Amino acid sequence: MAKILEKRPLTPVTKLYKVDAPLIAKAAKPGQFVIVRIREGGERIPLTIADYDRNAGTLTIVVQEVGTTTMQFGELEVGEEILDLVGPLGMPLEIPVEGHIVGVGGGFGAAALLCLMRELRARGDTTTIINGAREKDLLILNEELTEICDNLELCTDDGSAGFHGFVTERLAQMIDGDAPGCPDMVVAIGPMPMMRAVAETTAAAKIPTLVSLDPLMIDGTGMCGGCRVTVNNEVKFACVDGPFFDAHLVDFEEAVRRNKMYVKQEHEAKDRSHCLKLAVGQD
Amino acid sequence: MPVKRVEKTPMPERDAVLRSHDFEEVNEGYGIAHAKFEAERCLRCQDPICIDGCPVRVPIPDFVHKIAAGDMRGAAEVLRSSNPLPAVCGRVCPQEVQCEEQCSIGIRFKPVAIGYLERFVADWEMQQAPVEITNKLDRAEKVAIIGSGPAGLVCAGELARLGYPVTIFEALHAPGGVLRYGIPEFRLPKDVLDWEIDQLRKLGVEIRCNVIIGKTIAMDELMGEMGFSAVFIGTGAGLPTFMGIPGENLNGVYSANEFLTRVNLMRANDFPNADTPVMVGKRVAVIGAGNTAMDTVRTALRVGAEQGLVVYRRSDKEMTARVEEHQHAIEEGVEFHWLTNPIEVLGDEDGWVTGLKCIRMQLGEPDASGRARPIPIKGSEFVMPVDNVVLSIGNRPNPLLLQTTKGLESNKWGCLVVRDQSSETSRDHVFAGGDAVTGAATVILAAGAGKDAASEIHADLRA
Ligand SMILES: Cc1cc2nc3c(=O)[nH]c(=O)nc-3n(C[C@H](O)[C@H](O)[C@H](O)COP(=O)(O)OP(=O)(O)OC[C@H]3O[C@@H](n4cnc5c(N)ncnc54)[C@H](O)[C@@H]3O)c2cc1C
Ligand SMILES: Cc1cc2nc3c(=O)[nH]c(=O)nc-3n(C[C@H](O)[C@H](O)[C@H](O)COP(=O)(O)OP(=O)(O)OC[C@H]3O[C@@H](n4cnc5c(N)ncnc54)[C@H](O)[C@@H]3O)c2cc1C
Ligand code: SF4
Ligand code: SF4
Ligand code: FES
Repeated sequence: MAKILEKRPLTPVTKLYKVDAPLIAKAAKPGQFVIVRIREGGERIPLTIADYDRNAGTLTIVVQEVGTTTMQFGELEVGEEILDLVGPLGMPLEIPVEGHIVGVGGGFGAAALLCLMRELRARGDTTTIINGAREKDLLILNEELTEICDNLELCTDDGSAGFHGFVTERLAQMIDGDAPGCPDMVVAIGPMPMMRAVAETTAAAKIPTLVSLDPLMIDGTGMCGGCRVTVNNEVKFACVDGPFFDAHLVDFEEAVRRNKMYVKQEHEAKDRSHCLKLAVGQD
Repeated sequence: MPVKRVEKTPMPERDAVLRSHDFEEVNEGYGIAHAKFEAERCLRCQDPICIDGCPVRVPIPDFVHKIAAGDMRGAAEVLRSSNPLPAVCGRVCPQEVQCEEQCSIGIRFKPVAIGYLERFVADWEMQQAPVEITNKLDRAEKVAIIGSGPAGLVCAGELARLGYPVTIFEALHAPGGVLRYGIPEFRLPKDVLDWEIDQLRKLGVEIRCNVIIGKTIAMDELMGEMGFSAVFIGTGAGLPTFMGIPGENLNGVYSANEFLTRVNLMRANDFPNADTPVMVGKRVAVIGAGNTAMDTVRTALRVGAEQGLVVYRRSDKEMTARVEEHQHAIEEGVEFHWLTNPIEVLGDEDGWVTGLKCIRMQLGEPDASGRARPIPIKGSEFVMPVDNVVLSIGNRPNPLLLQTTKGLESNKWGCLVVRDQSSETSRDHVFAGGDAVTGAATVILAAGAGKDAASEIHADLRA
């Protein structure tokens, strides 16, 4: 059980939580994740550790509501407990290259860059974050991100804030020499299509790039094999070998396809939880 | 006096058609009359060689005789003194290659139904008013147990009885190991497991789920700042093996671990009341022929498959599943494709499984495992139309703890190395047993290893 200490809506579908989890906070490293189960009969879902505070014993996680479990999560309030929380899982992110490191975040991905970019900057790298969203109101954590990196670049599809266009277009400009300059290394966290586009953008310039894959998971310990992904023609378990992999070697097509395995059932569950909510609301 | 009867007293079973659609237990268990009737068949041999067949040396004639005499409490005490998980073992031990294989009447008759009797006594015990447990944990040294499978549970129980404060750390959100996430309810009801775990809690054992040693807490922290004097590793063999054939990552291909975990641990059979789904089409092919394969194919039927198929490259003689599970699977309509080896999983353009390409095999000379080596028959490839493929070709120990812990020696299969016949690992005060040491084996071997380790830990801490 882990108590929710703080809850903050970031967008209509994204919320930030601070939870009490001293053991995990103590062990966590940038790039790792947790698995949560919020109720009896609930699913186990993976969520990135956006940040941790070892002294306070807390974890920060950011949840984007896309289906049944994440929506149920959205209803948890301060003072309530998360039934099961386990971690830290996955391999911590190791960044060998030193120099100019660019983090690209989309959706909840920007949150996942928090502790990561702070550590890189602390060790002496120049850090840039490209935070992208459809429109201004969907950009998350701008204030926090400004504090922890050297350059924060905003991108919106509709031009309502920052650069008008996709994160990858802005990234391409930097690769071509635009300030703050060509990256020595890129880390992308966000929706699969975005990460795939980033991989394509950096491939020609041969800029080493890591992406955080998010396959469906159950145990997170290497026991089920459900999270398998193909990287460099080899099968890997994302929960124990990843979640970060060399973007230029990932079989994205397979990864995207495997994530759609339960679309039908997910809709069924979502419809049902809506119905339940309506039913409860009536009496 | 022993009574001569050729046949075992049959186990009351639920109707095959009815049961293959639900998760209630298939075997209904002996009543008192059945049990006494069966117990009378035991000869109480001078030299009870049945005991040699049991890895934990249950004093079989003693408890069987007490049943015949109607002293169920006495039978329960005898049984518990040697086997801490009788309700589980009575149900899942491969008796036909253990105790019952040795039974001396088995030469001419069917052996005494030792497993059924064991289960009877344990169930009887569970139904009685609970005995007050007045266990005191008055020793200073704390012991940590990693993993809550049979090895860990038994080790914890034995140590608690010796007075040690014990904490079990379990990675998943519920304790039990394979007994929880692997073996289905229709063979081992979760109530039975929960009852056993409750007994441990009553003894004062603390169980902390959602803690992964090597991730949440390091081994060095356990033995350092957390102050545990000894550690038992019972992390099992939970790493699934894939075949490496084309198409294995298509949608609709599972490892048996994933398939069974979705149902047993996450309750996919109750979807959408429970949130985790499982994908089953009309025809489900399970590759392999061990207990896991039988559990998987029978589970597939129960979550909606119309046809369950078992595909195995050797013949039924080399199959490793318990005879009873094989028999039950046949009764439930499972199709067996012996001497058939999958070479490719076929899919449609959207990446969903449509079939399994196989090649027929014939048996050659015995291989390293002593079993006849299957050899492909050239040109015999054919396609089986199926909607799901579940791989059940074995598990290996999970490397997670080894990767993050210094000084633990393992062999080339990833099994922890222990000093000759003991449970001592290469690290001081660290012991190990069960599947983590032997590779995938059996519940009773794991339980026995946990029990032996407990006495070694006791000796180590008293030295
Ligand atoms: C290592 C890792 C870290 C993650 N970190 C975060 C995080 O910090 N914050 C966050 O909000 N989410 C994160 N995710 C994704 C999150 O786990 C899923 O969004 C969640 O499992 C969806 O569950 P649901 O029941 O709400 O939706 P579902 O009903 O399961 O799915 C709803 C829709 O979302 C799609 N979907 C489901 N799971 C994923 C996925 N993993 N990736 C892409 N699409 C998916 C489905 O195809 C479906 O269309 C992470 C995933 C992984 C593997
Ligand atoms: C489907 C199936 C059917 C079977 N049927 C039979 C049968 O009929 N009869 C029979 O005798 N045997 C059967 N077996 C085999 C038997 O279940 C195993 O041999 C036995 O469970 C091994 O026990 P164990 O305690 O060594 O490990 P496990 O039962 O595997 O338990 C290990 C536990 O450790 C936990 N763990 C692992 N790593 C860590 C870590 N780092 N930190 C914390 N926790 C950790 C795991 O989550 C797990 O809960 C079957 C196995 C399967 C998979
Ligand atoms: S523990 Fe297993 S092998 Fe031993 S007597 Fe009981 S059923 Fe037989
Ligand atoms: S060998 Fe068979 S008959 Fe003899 S004591 Fe054991 S169970 Fe009874
Ligand atoms: S989530 Fe089960 S192996 Fe990765």
